[in-house]
Amino acid sequence: MTSTDQQPFLSVKDLKVHFSTEDGVVKAVDGLSFDLMRGKTLGIVGESGSGKSVTNLTILGLHNPDSTSVEGSIELDGQELNGAPEKTLEHLRGNKMAMIFQDALASLSPYHTIGAQIGEVYRKHKGASKKEARERAVEMLRRVGIPQPESRVDNYPHEFSGGMRQRAMIAMALVCDPELLIADEPTTALDVTVQAQIMDLLKDLQREFGTAIIFITHDLGVIADIADEVLVMYGGRCVERGTKKEVLSSPRHPYTWGLLSSMPSLDGPVDVPLNPIPGSPPSLLNPPSGCRFHPRCAFAEKVDGNRCAKESPVLEITNGRGSACHLTDEQRTEYLADLTAAKHH
Amino acid sequence: MSSTTPLLDVSGLTKHFPIKGGFPIRRTVGAVQAVDGLDFQVAEGESLGLVGESGCGKSTTGRLITRLLEPTAGKVSYRGQDITHASRKELAPIRSEIQMIFQDPYASLNPRHTVGKIISGPMEINDVNPPGGRENRVRELLEIVGLNPEHYNRFPHEFSGGQRQRIGVARALALEPKLIVADEPVSALDVSIQAQVVNLLQKVQKELGIAFVFIAHDLAIVRHFSQRVAVMYLGKIVEIADREDLYDNPRHPYTRALLSAVPEATVDAAPRERIRLVGDVPSPINPPSGCRFRTRCWKATEKCATEAPPLVQADGNKPGHLTACHYPEMRDTVPAPRLSKDPEAAA
Repeated sequence: MTSTDQQPFLSVKDLKVHFSTEDGVVKAVDGLSFDLMRGKTLGIVGESGSGKSVTNLTILGLHNPDSTSVEGSIELDGQELNGAPEKTLEHLRGNKMAMIFQDALASLSPYHTIGAQIGEVYRKHKGASKKEARERAVEMLRRVGIPQPESRVDNYPHEFSGGMRQRAMIAMALVCDPELLIADEPTTALDVTVQAQIMDLLKDLQREFGTAIIFITHDLGVIADIADEVLVMYGGRCVERGTKKEVLSSPRHPYTWGLLSSMPSLDGPVDVPLNPIPGSPPSLLNPPSGCRFHPRCAFAEKVDGNRCAKESPVLEITNGRGSACHLTDEQRTEYLADLTAAKHH
Repeated sequence: MSSTTPLLDVSGLTKHFPIKGGFPIRRTVGAVQAVDGLDFQVAEGESLGLVGESGCGKSTTGRLITRLLEPTAGKVSYRGQDITHASRKELAPIRSEIQMIFQDPYASLNPRHTVGKIISGPMEINDVNPPGGRENRVRELLEIVGLNPEHYNRFPHEFSGGQRQRIGVARALALEPKLIVADEPVSALDVSIQAQVVNLLQKVQKELGIAFVFIAHDLAIVRHFSQRVAVMYLGKIVEIADREDLYDNPRHPYTRALLSAVPEATVDAAPRERIRLVGDVPSPINPPSGCRFRTRCWKATEKCATEAPPLVQADGNKPGHLTACHYPEMRDTVPAPRLSKDPEAAA
C-alpha cells in the first residue's frame, strides 16, 4: 500500500472519553485508535451507545470540558487537539474540520435564512464581507445541487425539504473547504432515493477536493457504498477494523457476524426467522467484564477457560486489519464455512 | 383474490387535510391530498406491506384503517361491514379486533403506568375478563412476547427500546385481534434489536393467525415480513403485488428506482443497476397532474401529464400484480437510463 509511507491526516491514539455522572463514570470511549488519510473515507459502524458519536464530538472539541475527561491523543495534520486551547479549536472548526449532523432541521436555526447561516461561517473564518459571504453561499448551494440558488439563498430552513436541508448543511460544512469532514448519520433521517443522492454528492465532493471523511452509520449497506476503511465499535471499543471488503466479505468478529446476518436482504430467503443478536447493548456505566460483547456472544463458550468473561481481548492490527476476539483462526474459518453452506441452502 | 369476503376491504379511500387561511374569516384555501383513492384488500392471516417514502401517505392510511382519522371519501369494510363512518358505539366491538403497534417505543407507553397496567388497559376499556383473570392473561402475554412475567410491576423506563417495543406488541395482542396495523414498528430500534422484533412479529402472525398491515420504509424488512406489498407514491398506490413478483419483476419505474436505491451490505455481488432519481417528492398540496410520479420519471410523455394511469394488471403480469403506469418496465430490458445531474457520477 502506498498510504503506509504517507503521514496520516488524522491520527487518533488510545482515545478515552469518560463522563462523570451522578450514577458513576460512563466510559463512553475506552481506548480507541485509528488513522485516516486524505481523500479517504472511514466508516464507523455501531449501535446507539457504542461511542461512535462521542468519539467525533471529542475530535471536534465539542464535549463539555467540565464533566468529561479525555485521555489519549488526537492529531490533525500533525497538530495535537487534545488539550489544545479553545481558541485553536474554534479556529479549526468549520475551517479545517467540519461536521454534518443527522437531524438537519434541528441543526439549522429557524430564525435565520439559509444564506445567512452558510455565510456566517465564511465571514467568521475568512473575514469576508456580507456581500462576499452571500456570493459564496450561492456558490455553495449551487455546488450541492440546490436549484435556483440565487433565490433559495434567502429561504428559511422550513421552506426546504428534508433532502435540501441536508444539502444546505453540507454546503455549510464545506464553505471553508475543510480537509476533514465528519458526517454523523447524515442520511439516516432521509428516504432511500434522497440518501442515494446525498451519498453521490459526498463522493463527488471528495473526489474534487480530496476531503478526508469520517462517516458514522449503523447501516452496513451505506458502508458498503461509501467507505474505504471500516471500524466496528461496540461498547466504546473498536472490535474490528479493516478495508470495506475485508470487513464485509470476511468479517472476523462475532459482533460483525451478528450485524451482517441479522439484516434481511433484498434477495435472501423469506419466511425463515432472522438471526438476531440476543440481548441488548451494554450499559457503559457498568460494562461487562472481559470482552464487552461476551454476554451476547454465541461463541464465548467455545473459548476455553471462560477467557471471554475474564480477559479483555487485545485489538492487534497488522496492515490496517484486525479484530479483538479470543477465537482462534481455525474456529473462525469453521464458522464462516458453516455460514456459507447455510447461505446456499 | 378468493371469493370469500376479505378481512379488510378498502376502496377509493381518500383523505384530504384542509388548509385554513385568510383573515378575518378563516376559509379552507386548499387541501393536503395525503391519500387519494386507495384500493386494496387484506385477507385473513395475511401480511400486507405498505412501503413508500416519507410523505407518501402510508401512515395516514394506517390511521384511516383503524379509524383514528375520518376518511374524506371512499369506503373501509371490515369483514363485509362498512366502518367508514361508523359511530364510536358501532366501532367499539370492531376496535378490539383491530389493534395498532406504534413506531416510537418511548412515546407510546405511559411512563406512569406499570407494564401490567399498560397491557391490561385494552381489557379494562373493553371490559374483557379472560378466564383466570386479567393479571394472569398479562403474564401469559409477557411470556409470548419474550419478556419475564415477573416484570409485571415494572415501569417502562426500566426497559430497553427493544423490550418496550415488545410491551407494545403485548398490548396489541391483549384483545386477541384479527388485524394489527404496525406503523414502522422497528425503525426506531438498533440494528441488532430489529431482527428480534421482526422475528417476534412473524411468530405472532403465524402462530396466532393475525393479519398485518405492515407500514415501513425499509424495503428489505417489508420483503421479509409481508406476503403482499403495495408501493405508495404521493398518496397513491403505484404498484401492488405478491412479494416475489414485486421484488423480482418491478413494473413501475418508481418501484424499480426505489429498489435500486437500497444500499446492500455486500461488496462481492455484481454491481446492481442504479437508478438515481433527481429532485424531491412534489408537494401533496398541489400534486402533478396525470401520473404523480411523472416529474421525476425518465419515461414521462405528454400522456403522463394529462391522463392518470389506472392501477391495472399490466401486460405480462401475474394475476394480482397491479401497476399504475402507462409505460410499465419490462424485466431484463435495457437498464433504465441513469438520472443524474452530474455526468461524472454517472460514469
